[in-house]
Parts: sequence; C-alpha cells; structure tokens
Amino acid sequence: MTQASATAVTDILPVILPLVWAAILALAVFLYVVLGGYDLGLGALFPIAPSDKDRDAMMGSVSPFWDGNETWLVMGGGGLLAAFPLAYAVMLPALYIPIILMLIGLILRGVAFEFRFKSERNRWMWDTAFAGGSLLAALMQGAIIGAFVHGFAVTDNKFSGGAFDWVTPFSIVTAIAVLSGYVLLSAGWLIMKGDEALREWAYGIARYALIAVGVFIAIFSLWTPVLHPEIAARWFTPAHILMLSPVPLATAAAIGGLWITLDRRYRYMPFLLAVAIFILCYTGLAVSLFPFIIPPDITIWQAAAAPESQLFMLYGAIPIIPIILAYTAYSYYVFWDATEHDAYH
Amino acid sequence: MPELDPLLLSRIQFAFTISFHILFPSFTIGLAAWLVVLEALWLKTGKDIYFRLAQHWTKIFAVSFGMGVVSGVVLSYEFGTNWSELSRRGGNVIGPLMAYEVLTAFFLEAGFLGIMLFGWKRVPKWVHFFASCMVAFGTLLSAFWILSANSFMQTPAGYTVDAGGVLHVADWWQAIISPSFPYRFAHMVAAAYLTTAFIVAGIGAWYILRERSVPHGRIMLGMALSLLVWLAPLQIVLGDLHGLNALKYQPAKIAALEAHWETSKDVPLILFAFPDPKAETNHYELAVPHLGSLILTHEWDGEIKGLKSFPPEDRPNPIIPFFAFRIMVGIGLIMVAVGLVGAVLWLTGRLFTSRWFLRVLTWVSPLGFLAVLAGWFTAEVGRQPWTVYGILRTADAVSPVPGGSVLASLILFVLVYGIVFGAGLYYIIKLVQRGPDETPPMPAEGEADLSHRPLAASGTP
Repeated sequence: MTQASATAVTDILPVILPLVWAAILALAVFLYVVLGGYDLGLGALFPIAPSDKDRDAMMGSVSPFWDGNETWLVMGGGGLLAAFPLAYAVMLPALYIPIILMLIGLILRGVAFEFRFKSERNRWMWDTAFAGGSLLAALMQGAIIGAFVHGFAVTDNKFSGGAFDWVTPFSIVTAIAVLSGYVLLSAGWLIMKGDEALREWAYGIARYALIAVGVFIAIFSLWTPVLHPEIAARWFTPAHILMLSPVPLATAAAIGGLWITLDRRYRYMPFLLAVAIFILCYTGLAVSLFPFIIPPDITIWQAAAAPESQLFMLYGAIPIIPIILAYTAYSYYVFWDATEHDAYH
Repeated sequence: MPELDPLLLSRIQFAFTISFHILFPSFTIGLAAWLVVLEALWLKTGKDIYFRLAQHWTKIFAVSFGMGVVSGVVLSYEFGTNWSELSRRGGNVIGPLMAYEVLTAFFLEAGFLGIMLFGWKRVPKWVHFFASCMVAFGTLLSAFWILSANSFMQTPAGYTVDAGGVLHVADWWQAIISPSFPYRFAHMVAAAYLTTAFIVAGIGAWYILRERSVPHGRIMLGMALSLLVWLAPLQIVLGDLHGLNALKYQPAKIAALEAHWETSKDVPLILFAFPDPKAETNHYELAVPHLGSLILTHEWDGEIKGLKSFPPEDRPNPIIPFFAFRIMVGIGLIMVAVGLVGAVLWLTGRLFTSRWFLRVLTWVSPLGFLAVLAGWFTAEVGRQPWTVYGILRTADAVSPVPGGSVLASLILFVLVYGIVFGAGLYYIIKLVQRGPDETPPMPAEGEADLSHRPLAASGTP
C-alpha cells in the first residue's frame, strides 16, 4: 500500500465508521422494536384475553423466543456504549428513572415465563407480573423515545438536567403511542399463530390498535416539527418535499392496506403490514434526527468511539450478525407452530 | 433531610445487583457443562437414566438461566445509568469487550436455549445435543468477555489516555488478555464448576438419604465427587497464583485483604483480627509468624508492602476484603476436605451408605455460592478507590444523577429481586423435591432408536 492510500484510509475511517455503526445499531433497535414489540404487546393484552386457555397459548407462542428477542435490547444498550460512549453517557443518566422502570418491568415479565407454568395456586400472581411488567416496559420505552426526540439538557458533554425532565406531554403521548403500536404487532402475531377463536378476537383488537396507531402517527408528525423548527425545515423545504413525500404516503397506504387485510381476514398480511408501518415510522424518525444522536447537540461523529475501537468491533459484527440472523430464523422455523409449553408438561 | 450521596448509593446498588446476578452464572456455567456430559452419556450408552437426569436438570437450568438473563440485562444498563463517566472515559476499551460478549455469547445462548429447553421432541437428537453444547460454550464465552472487561479495569494494559482523560486502546491483545485475566478467568470458571458440583452432590446425597430416586442420586453424587475431588485442590492452586498476580499488580489490595499495616519481611499470617482503619492497626489479632510471607511470596523472608506505605486516599478499607477473603479461603479448605473424605469413602465402598457423610454433603451444598460472593467482594472492595486501577477513581466514575433517584431505584431493586429470588428458589426447590423420577419418559421419537438396547434404569456410576 502506498503512503497516499494509507492516509486516505485513516482519514476516511472516522467518517465512515460512525455511519456504519449507526446503521448496525439502528438495525438492532429496529429488530428489538418489532420482536420485543409483539412480545411486550402480548403481555399488555394478557388481562383482556378471552380465556385462560388463550393465555396459555399466547405465552407458549413466545416462550421459545423471548430471550432472543430481549438480546437485541442488550445489543442496543451494549452497542451504544461500545460505538457511541458519549451518547450512552449522556442519555442513560438523563433517562435514569424510565430505564430503571423498564428494567424492573422486563424482570417481572421475564421470570413470569419460567414461573407461571410451574405454579398452580399462584398463577394469578405471575399473570399479573407478566401483564404489569410488559405494560410498564412498553410505556417506558415509548416515554424514552419521546424524551429522546424532545432532547436533553447537556453541558460539557454531561447531562445537566433534572430527574424528571423526561416527563413531558410529548413523552406521555409517545408512551401511549408505542404501547398501541406494540399491541397492533402482537394482535398481528396472534392472527398468525392463534386458533380460530383467538384469531377472531385478535382481528377485533387489531382494528382498535390500528385506529390508535393512525391517530398517534398523525399527532407525532405534526407535533415534532413544532418542537424542533430544524426538523420542520428538513421536511417542508420545497426541494425535500418531493423526495421525502413517499414516507408519509407509504405510511398512509400501509395503514389503509392493513385495515383491508383485517376486514378480509388475511393470516399473515396484518403482521407484515404492521411491521411495514414500524419501518416507515422509523425511517421518518431517522430522516428527522440524522445525524444527531443526542438531538440537537451531539452528532454521531462527535459521540463516536475511537476509530480503532469501532473497527475492532466491526471485525466481529460483520461475520457474526448474519449468523445470528440465520439461527434466529432457524429457531423461529423450528418453533413456528409452538403454542404449548413443551418442556413443562 | 441529609444529602443523599449518589456515589455511595450507586456503589451499594451495583454491589447488590451484581451480587444477585453472579449467583446465577456461577450455577449455570457449571450446570450447562454437566448437562452436555449427561446428554453425551445418554447418546453414547442409550441409558434412559441419563436422559431423565438431563431433562430434569434442564428445567432447573431454565429457571436459573432466566433469572440470570433478567438480572444481567440490568447490569448492562447500569454502566450508563449509574457509571456514565466510566462509560464515557473507558467506553473505547470496555465497550467493545462487552459488545463482543453480546455478539458471541448472549446471542449464542439465546438462539440455542429455545431448542435446548423446548426442542426435545422437535429436532433430531444430534441437533439438540449441538444446541446444549452451544449454550454451554456460550456461558463460557460470556465469562471470558466479562472477566476480560473486569480484568482490564483491575490491571489495565495496552491502552493510552488522551488529554481529556479518555482511554484509547493501543494493543487489543494486551487489553483483552490483561495481566490478571488468565488467573481470574481460570479461578472463576473453576469456582462455577465447584459451586455446581456441590449443589449436585448435595441434592444427590439428599435423594439417597430420603430413599427417593436413589439411582439418580448415586449418579449425581458420583459425577459431582469425581469432579470436585481434584478440582477443589486445583482451585486452591489457582487462587494462590491469582494472589501472586495481585501482589504484583495490586499490592494495596493484598495489604488490605491480609490487614497488613506495616511493610516488613516477616509478615505473619493473620488468622483473626479486627482491622481498624482509623487507628491504622488491628485489634484482637491472632497470627502465625512468617507464614504470611511464605504464602504470599513463596519465600520465608518475602517483603510485603503494608497499607501505610500507600497514601490514605489510595487505600482500600480493609474490613470487608479481610473478612471476605477468610470466608472464601475457609470454604475452599472445607471443599478440599469434603472431596478427600468422599474419595476415601468411595474407594472403600462406603460412599452411598455413610449417612453422616451424605448429611454433611447436604449441609455444605450451597457453600460455593458464598465462596463466589466472598471472592468477588475481596476483589472489588480491595481494588477501591479505583474503578479503572490507577486511572479512574470510583468517585469520578459516577453519573450526574440525584441521590434520591438512586435511593428509589435501589429500594425497587431490593423489593423486586427479593420477590423474584424468593420465588425462583421456591420453584427450584419444588423441582428438586419432585425429583427426576417424575420427569416424563423418553420422547417417542427416541424410543425407536433405543429398542435394541438394554434400558438400564438402575445404572450406577
């Protein structure tokens, strides 16, 4: 390698690597939102499920997967620490209370998977833990997204706000919005996996959830530009309108399409379209925020770990992530028709 | 109202949550490996009893592993919620190590755990066996990476510090395999295997005493004893090597855990004392002359630095390391003795009939957990006041969060962990009491394979 090209590589790495890691983390968080989303949504639907038999089926359908689903959340947290330590160091203290509450929720619902099938008299207790824990985790994740978009008080690369800064009308709305999105996903999941009666019930739930999701997307899309003029400028600049218009248009189409597939009792389309709505919202959020990782102060380049650290991790991530995706797919294939808790009979 | 100190509260919270967490890996690392051995024996011999044991203990594994996962997720976020300055300044080093733990270990475990727990009837036997191997390998990988991160923080190597106090890696190999890592890793994995072996031996002995699932109890006791009889003494050697390493790289820790105040060449071995950091001396000391020098340096006149040779602000408080270290060593010696007595009884054919020894085994069964906790308290309190040794003080590593938030979260964790741990223990005890006999018989798919083999339900080790 010549001197010149070696210099070019060292110059370009600090520019490229944060982009690559932002993409990997975005993928991890997205996978968590979809996989953890249907998983948490099931917990939120638990108390209103038609029967105890349906509750067994709901939990059985996800018990081989919940651990793998949750690992994407650990990947999101661990990856943020590793790839963008500054963002992690600002964000987590700022979100101290919602993160702790989310973790408590995840503990309660996680152990319920193991304990519920082992208890007879105290089953109601673990049903409550599963439902309450899932609900708490889902609401806190929504509040975290809201607080993240709203922004944090930052001084000298440290969080400088108060313990309750994360509670705003905006974050309360996003908390409920994310919950309804998760419920939509899990209704789609049950439509794929449930028996006829459970499916019929899930079609009904999905309709209500879809209405809520549509309303919340509209509120979010109008409120965010009001909060951040620079986001308004990005979306409503004439040059951008044409380029960006497919995102809202496709979202509207996906919502309409989902309504129709529910009406016509499709088995797989509702879940897939719900995922499509999540992808589109996620894309919209990325367009709004990029390249900020702590909006509006810190960009992904400012928050990035040293290039040698990001590069070292990339050597592992590039071969390993496809393998993970492959055996995750295998695991879903093996347990696709699992609605009973095989190991505990 | 007095000012709540976020530093102290964060330390208590981290100590509480990580102590709770470490109990589960200590058990599941060993259990996963034992399950692989059981399943291999089943596949090799075709004996139904190995299958029953494997399936029964897989359920106990599932409960422990589940609790390990949920308590572990908390830790990966506490680095940010409570120790954000450590994350900001040390993120370039410990971040990638923990990311590799997630990428290699967690996903491996999570991906294959479903097959291991629920796949007995769904996949071919070799796929199930492969899944069990991958889960066991995952637990070891996890230990590798997290102990690598911990060892770097104890004995940093292969790094540079920039003007802003942020660490950068200069040499990955040196940073990952930092000077204390090989010893810490060997010592911890051996501790996990011993902890599991003592639990398995104790429950096996309990089955024999109760005359229930006796053949299963004999296999459990036999397999556990054949491990711990050599691993318990080896663990003492590993611990000794780990101590020599700490003497070289963390002399203040050794001075604290031995409660030595003065630097000298004929250091006694203090059997009991009450260290007094204010008066810089010990009360009620009971000591054996020269033995301290001999054990710590392997020389009669080996010099050991006393706590007074370190500036007061760089000294760990010796009280916790001193007592924790003695508890750990005491348990180690008990383990060696139990192993030796068990081996003698076994060789003379009295192991399964010596009721007094079986009773002792049930009593000492949970000691491994206590030893693991005591060992980690020695290591972690002994490295204070540093979070990254010699580079970042614990007081400078803490997050800018109000003490009230930390107090609230600490109370929540204590409450929730109390309930979860209590329930987990209750269900594990219920599973143990139900015994491997109640486990459903062989899956239909497996029976065809075994039809031409003798099903030896009474298989003895």
